[in-house]
Amino acid sequence: MSDIPADAVRLAQAAPTAHRVRGYWSAVWNRLRYDYVTLLFLALIVLIVLSAIFAPYLAPLDPNKSSMASRLKPILYKSFILGTDEQGRDILSRLIWGGRTSLLMGIAPVFVATIVGGFFGVLAGYAGGKLNSAIMRTMDVFFAFPSVLLAVAISGSLGSGLINQMITLTIVLIPPICRVAETATTQVRTMDFIDAARASGASTASILVRHVLVNVLSPVFVYSSTLVSASILLASGLSFLGLGVSPPTPDWGLMLSTLRQSIYVQPLVCALPGVTILVTSIAFNLVSDGLRQAMDVKA
Amino acid sequence: MWLYAARRVLFTIPIGLGVTIICFALIYLAPGDPVQSLLPPDATANDIAQLKHYYGLDKPIPVQYILWLGHALTGDLGISIQTNRPVTDEVWRALGNTVSIATISAVLAMIIALGLGIVAATNIGGWADRLATAIAVFGVSVPTFWLAVVLVIVFAVQLGVLPATGMGSKGSNTFSWFEWSEARYAVLPIVAMTLTPLGILMRTTRASLADILSQDFIQTLRAKGLSETAVIRHAIANALPQILAMFGLQLGYLIGGSILIETIFTWPGTGFLLNKAILTRDIPLLQGTILVLAMAFVGINLIVDLIQTLVDPRIKRI
Amino acid sequence: MSLQPSERHLQAVKPGHPHDRGGKAQPMLIVENLKKYFPIHGGLLNRKVAEVKAVDDVSFSVLKGETLGIVGESGCGKSTLARLLMHLLPRDKGTLIFDGDPVDEPRGMSLRDLRRNLQMVFQDSYSSLNPRLPIEDSIAYGPSVHGMSRAKARAKARELLEKVGLRPDLFAGRYPHELSGGQKQRVNIARALALDPRMLILDEAVSALDKSVEAQVLNLLGYLKRHFNLTYMFISHDLHVVRYISDRVLVMYLGQVVEIGPVEDIYTQPKHPYTMALLASRLEIDPDQRIDTPPIVGDPPNPINPPSGCRFRTRCPLAEPICAERTPTLGTGAFAASDHRAACHVTNPVAGHSFAGRSLQSIAPSEMPARFAESA
Repeated sequence: MSDIPADAVRLAQAAPTAHRVRGYWSAVWNRLRYDYVTLLFLALIVLIVLSAIFAPYLAPLDPNKSSMASRLKPILYKSFILGTDEQGRDILSRLIWGGRTSLLMGIAPVFVATIVGGFFGVLAGYAGGKLNSAIMRTMDVFFAFPSVLLAVAISGSLGSGLINQMITLTIVLIPPICRVAETATTQVRTMDFIDAARASGASTASILVRHVLVNVLSPVFVYSSTLVSASILLASGLSFLGLGVSPPTPDWGLMLSTLRQSIYVQPLVCALPGVTILVTSIAFNLVSDGLRQAMDVKA
Repeated sequence: MWLYAARRVLFTIPIGLGVTIICFALIYLAPGDPVQSLLPPDATANDIAQLKHYYGLDKPIPVQYILWLGHALTGDLGISIQTNRPVTDEVWRALGNTVSIATISAVLAMIIALGLGIVAATNIGGWADRLATAIAVFGVSVPTFWLAVVLVIVFAVQLGVLPATGMGSKGSNTFSWFEWSEARYAVLPIVAMTLTPLGILMRTTRASLADILSQDFIQTLRAKGLSETAVIRHAIANALPQILAMFGLQLGYLIGGSILIETIFTWPGTGFLLNKAILTRDIPLLQGTILVLAMAFVGINLIVDLIQTLVDPRIKRI
Repeated sequence: MSLQPSERHLQAVKPGHPHDRGGKAQPMLIVENLKKYFPIHGGLLNRKVAEVKAVDDVSFSVLKGETLGIVGESGCGKSTLARLLMHLLPRDKGTLIFDGDPVDEPRGMSLRDLRRNLQMVFQDSYSSLNPRLPIEDSIAYGPSVHGMSRAKARAKARELLEKVGLRPDLFAGRYPHELSGGQKQRVNIARALALDPRMLILDEAVSALDKSVEAQVLNLLGYLKRHFNLTYMFISHDLHVVRYISDRVLVMYLGQVVEIGPVEDIYTQPKHPYTMALLASRLEIDPDQRIDTPPIVGDPPNPINPPSGCRFRTRCPLAEPICAERTPTLGTGAFAASDHRAACHVTNPVAGHSFAGRSLQSIAPSEMPARFAESA
């Protein structure tokens, strides 16, 4: 190997061998590890999710057992730690059980919308031209509605119920995710490494998977995570209007709606479901903020 | 600039048509036969035949859409099932009430956001910055209907200083913003509406100002010996288009998304109307209200964009 | 320190190799009448209102084993030319013949075959390497696309890393953001070599690098060319670098070829006034030799509406009415290695230009038309 340039070899030997961060995701984790606020609220989310999953074991009382004798009792009344509602049902148990629908409404529509919106966004961004116009102009029409109005329009027409609420939220969330995916894809598409991959004769499918998706996924994922809180708020709003699950099922938005009639009797208890929505929503917002900052590494 | 403005106006036409298509489709989203959705349950066979003819319900869907669009464009949005009055009348009467409190809320939010946002952006990490950040997180995380309930609990139930619901003893016909005995009914709805746009506008102001203040040309201004006030004035002028765009969006969200606040405060605006339509499954009323609100949102966005072409020197020169 | 590569996976097409289909005399690449116009949209309805003539009727050939330098101001169509040759952009018109085989035509060479033979090194920038792939995978991607097993492609990538002077054990698993500009450019070169190409297009391949790193990469390119028996097309706006690396040089102006010829002929006896001005605009190393007056006046004309006739006439010190009337050509026929041609009426004794037949070097500034006399 006499004809390899001497300076090339020297350069390689001089390269740093100290501990380095390997890969994008480990760099993200490295940052997240020291972001205590995010970690704290992440733990809170885990706690809320776990309590919803294990509601049958955690809830002290039956959430649907009503009693006329113990209606609208204050906090710490007998065995009712957080008081009772207008039918004498235990608020704490209902809040724990209600987390199931509320969290489901926060996460499931975002998940489906990310897949659908992400698919159309990447398609529009990579194909460009007429297909891009067709997809993105359709999305623009949905952007002509404020999200609450769109949700009310669809949900109000479809009628109440768990599935209808999920369909509504998914439709509302698809356009913004699609737009973010399209922007990210359009940016990646113009980069030289895509041209290099094309120049090597790779198929479109291979380029999409190996070069486009890996670079589009994380901004889309970060954006979707910011929508979880919005989805929870929107869902609870719809439930509040009676467009969510039907009454006996515990749900935070619905609880707030029915307890509203009793604010003159038990104001503190009536505010509780809203507090859980607020706390959950703040937690998701702060965690997605932290996630966004951590994933904003130059890589 | 004129070319840009003209193109922006042209661009609105297909969007507006798209909006009408979605609104039209709402009848078909509703479960059951559209005839049943559009007429009261006790409608006579004669009524049904008339309606079918009027909307061409026995014809293909594109024809139905064209007929419906034609009626809508001439201001005919159908008859409310509940009140038996034209939907257009109902919506017009309510729209003013919504626009007034939404506008006051948005302007209020804008003023506070500008003030606090400027202080926050010029003292990153200071108390105002932390307060601004906290308000911003709270503003986007809080369920506004819960905030409304809490406001009612505190100010109406506990303190008893402000009325909980309604629009004054004499109803909405005689409502006057200039008499405290009447205007006080609007205080809690406005406060409840203000917080979310306040948080978002504050975040936008702080972020765009901080970004501009970190750019090189600001250093040049300082190096030229400009006073800090003048420098900040420059920065605000540069951030204004972005802040303005966000303001327009927030105003539109308030007008379009007033349903929760108005339901809680029984404020007789379009949101209250929507809630009534949902509860009674009054599809013509729902459809008509949504169409008007969505069109209002499109219109606001258009106006804001056009104003922006006047404010933003970069667009002005095109 | 053992740099003993096993060359199982790396191969070069030496003269006489079965892949060397056309033989020694057949040019590696012949380009004929290549054309690419970009539409400009505007107006109220965003309709096509004009065209940018990015590459307008370009013909040339690249000879086997040579380095053809391509120079010109930014915006003259150099990079568009590169992308057209790589088929990254569809061409409006024109023929490509790679080693005697027409490309992408019936009975010719398939696009896939062309890409195995012709590769491109991109300018070093943050976008030239996929930020989410370890560089080893970026290099191995091409061979694996062409059916090589993952393990083999990796092994090949590591051998190539060694060839471009990056120790595989240190660098193979790294991500692009962990590399310096020069190191990234070595990876870009390794990636281009991964398909065993016979020709490389280097588009501003060293332009973004520091001078010292640039020299290292240029040396590396020289070594690789000998080692793999490559043909280069070297695009750069840096005239010093082009002179250093090229055997022949092609000068572009506003989407057209204005001059082509052996490197020393072009640099010492340019035939086109544009080439002369371009060369005069180089900074001299010796401060006493530097000139104060700009050798070329004005900006390049708008490529949307290029001047009639000779496109350089609006800035040319020798421009005469004939230059607006007739478009000068490079002449026809195949290009030989020693051919030195310019698309200028002055070089053509019968074109009717008053300086026809004279060499540019013999024309004194005082003889030039008045408006240019001062600056030229």
